[in-house]
Amino acid sequence: MTTGALKAMADGGGNGHDVRLAQPAAVQFKGRMNGTKSAADLALLDDIEKVAVERDREAFARLYGFYAPRVAAYLRRVGANSEAAEDLAQEVLLSVWRRAHQFDPQKAALSTWIYTIARNKRIDALRRERHPDFDLDDPTLAEGEAPRGDTHTETEMVKDEIRTAIASLPREQAELLRIFYFEDKTHSVIADELGLPLGTVKSRLRLAVAKLRGLLEGVA
Amino acid sequence: MTSEHITVDDLLLAHAAGRLPEPVGLVVATHLALTPSRRETYREYEALGGAMLDDLAPAALSDGAFDRLLARLDDDAESSDAERATAAGSPRDAVDPELPAPLRAYVHGRLADLPWKHYGGVSEAPLPLDESVYRARLVVLKAGKAVPKHTHDGQEITVVLKGAFNDGIGHYRRGDIAIADAHVDHQPVADPAEDCLCLTVTDAPLRLTGTFSRFLNPFLRF
Repeated sequence: MTTGALKAMADGGGNGHDVRLAQPAAVQFKGRMNGTKSAADLALLDDIEKVAVERDREAFARLYGFYAPRVAAYLRRVGANSEAAEDLAQEVLLSVWRRAHQFDPQKAALSTWIYTIARNKRIDALRRERHPDFDLDDPTLAEGEAPRGDTHTETEMVKDEIRTAIASLPREQAELLRIFYFEDKTHSVIADELGLPLGTVKSRLRLAVAKLRGLLEGVA
Repeated sequence: MTSEHITVDDLLLAHAAGRLPEPVGLVVATHLALTPSRRETYREYEALGGAMLDDLAPAALSDGAFDRLLARLDDDAESSDAERATAAGSPRDAVDPELPAPLRAYVHGRLADLPWKHYGGVSEAPLPLDESVYRARLVVLKAGKAVPKHTHDGQEITVVLKGAFNDGIGHYRRGDIAIADAHVDHQPVADPAEDCLCLTVTDAPLRLTGTFSRFLNPFLRF
């Protein structure tokens, strides 16, 4: 495997798994309603395992091709300029390479795991703070955490249910949720920009979350 | 429930979104470490972030970005081991059982060795966190003793590490979070059975010179 071929994969030019993007939304929706997973997501799950177990660079190239541009997009939305966003996205993907063995598909979807790495790096780099996390290996924990899914595809299915649920929210609620997660703005600034009272922003956010949890009841 | 009141659920969501200042995030992480029943909700909120990450329009990266990362993988063997070692965390010996992992990163040494200051039935020791905006400290309330009745200039968020207390609004045990708003007039009283150890974060007086809206709800980066 040459670097050039790997690069082609990372750019999506090889036999990467980025096919899901080309699917019409209606097809994705139907696939989820049938309880099936798109081939693309499962292939990325295989890839992270190959990276963890075999240090497989082709698999890593495919993960990079899908996630690096999205992590960079996330970092730009939270306020990094394009250069800093790319540098940080590289660090995030380097962590994915190094920590692939820590990824547990029974506890989180792959994109959730990568989101948490990106979020923590963002806080570290842009705010110069840490993001305190609880440690599952901690012997003083009150009790162990049960796996979220029975199988390694279940957490991915839950994540897709969440995507469907977000898509079914009223547009202004979904947008507020994205702003809350992806923009480093205080609620007052968000309220100003949306031309809404502060209290409305807060109650709309709570409404969105309550609705999502209602939609996901029995799924997660 | 008015929108001005912060709930524990608000804190979980804000922490999953990466919006909490570090001292408040420490309270939430401690709460999650001690309260397994809340982790499911927190995981859902993180999964929200993951689902939205998937749906973001990809940003263009510069030419050769992947090659440059590949080159770093080539000489990554050593640093990878280093990262794994770091991830393994601090040694498990000499650990106070009251302190879950998130807190141990901030308490160096044994609890008993901290610079405690004593005021009647209350003892306090500061944690080494940025104190320009927030003050994070460990507080011990002697069994059966009360904190003098007080109101808050800002907000106070507390997680119980050992024992329990009652503030007239609620009864809080190990792992529980108590949120006292700016105008709440409360008087925490430790249960008679044992001393009560808490992690408490308040916004320092400096915060009060901020804008009115920040004052309204400073913990959520309003």
